[in-house]
Amino acid sequence: MGMFDPLKGFGVTFSTMFKKVVTEEYPEIGAPAAARYHGRHQLNRHPDGLEKCVGCELCAWACPADAIFVEGGDNTEDERYSPGERYGMDYQINYLRCIGCGLCIEACPTRSLTMTNEYEIADDNRQDLIYTKEDLLAPLLPGMEQPPHPMRLGESEQDYYVDGPELAKRPGVPDPVGEEVK
Amino acid sequence: MGIEEKLPNGIMLASLEKLVNWGRRNSLWPATFGLACCAIEMMTTGGPRYDIARFGMEAFRASPRQADLMIVAGRVTNKMAPVLRQIYDQMPEPKWVLAMGVCASSGGMFNNYAVVQGVDHVVPVDIYLPGCPPRPEMLLDAILKLHAKIADEPINARRAQLLAESGHRTELIASSIKYAKK
Repeated sequence: MGMFDPLKGFGVTFSTMFKKVVTEEYPEIGAPAAARYHGRHQLNRHPDGLEKCVGCELCAWACPADAIFVEGGDNTEDERYSPGERYGMDYQINYLRCIGCGLCIEACPTRSLTMTNEYEIADDNRQDLIYTKEDLLAPLLPGMEQPPHPMRLGESEQDYYVDGPELAKRPGVPDPVGEEVK
Repeated sequence: MGIEEKLPNGIMLASLEKLVNWGRRNSLWPATFGLACCAIEMMTTGGPRYDIARFGMEAFRASPRQADLMIVAGRVTNKMAPVLRQIYDQMPEPKWVLAMGVCASSGGMFNNYAVVQGVDHVVPVDIYLPGCPPRPEMLLDAILKLHAKIADEPINARRAQLLAESGHRTELIASSIKYAKK
């Protein structure tokens, strides 16, 4: 115990004044999450606007918190929402149950369900925190068309999946992944 | 609460309401109710990196008599529910409750006999914050949304009636958009 020990403490306080501030300016500068942050979900679309979801319910089965509800429906020639036989007619995620583990993303066979970096989803009632298909579907990018409409990029759903990466690179078709990163 | 309950409606009260709500929302005193992992994120929010003091709530105290915001962070078991209610009852009016994390909001992934399926079974909740656990930015976002709600609160029964008749509902905007630097 020295005579100047009590003053040393003030020295620490004083020197802190010249250090860089570590505080994140959160609401003013929206703090971006890490690139692969598990935020709000998104239901993706094919480059022509058709939905990728086929209503298989694998995400709902994978969910440990039972937060996802899916009801599949049959596509018809007149009313087509996704390439192939089935589409997700009703799709709900209860964000009051979702723990953001990402098991649904791993389960999704068509890469329809992915997660975004959006995390500001606090709300004042339970009802609004059950996100429905309208809330979750990816926005229509330029060149996309609001379903229902016929398959524009091939004869069958095979073409969509086999040529998928090529189709996405075609001129005029926007790159949804690139959009997301920006 | 006092004389303002008896006064007729007028310009003076409208301004007084604004002033009172300004004071209330900028000096929220949180009572901690850290029960599980969400409490760790809540403590982080109080630390220098996120610095909750920027919003007028310097310290989390375990003294409900002085507090006006209860942040329920973590899963509430049936055994803890009476304790939670008692803490809430000990807080003086006006008081608000923030359900932090999916467990406090709805039981989350713990859909079993031991856990209360949402803290709103025990106390009235003003804002639900999903996430497991929510990152500190999400808690700040929820608190700022609560600020917006407090700013719209009526000062007396008559104002409350007027507000209810107009069907007014506070719009909750994501904080990074609402407070973005211009």
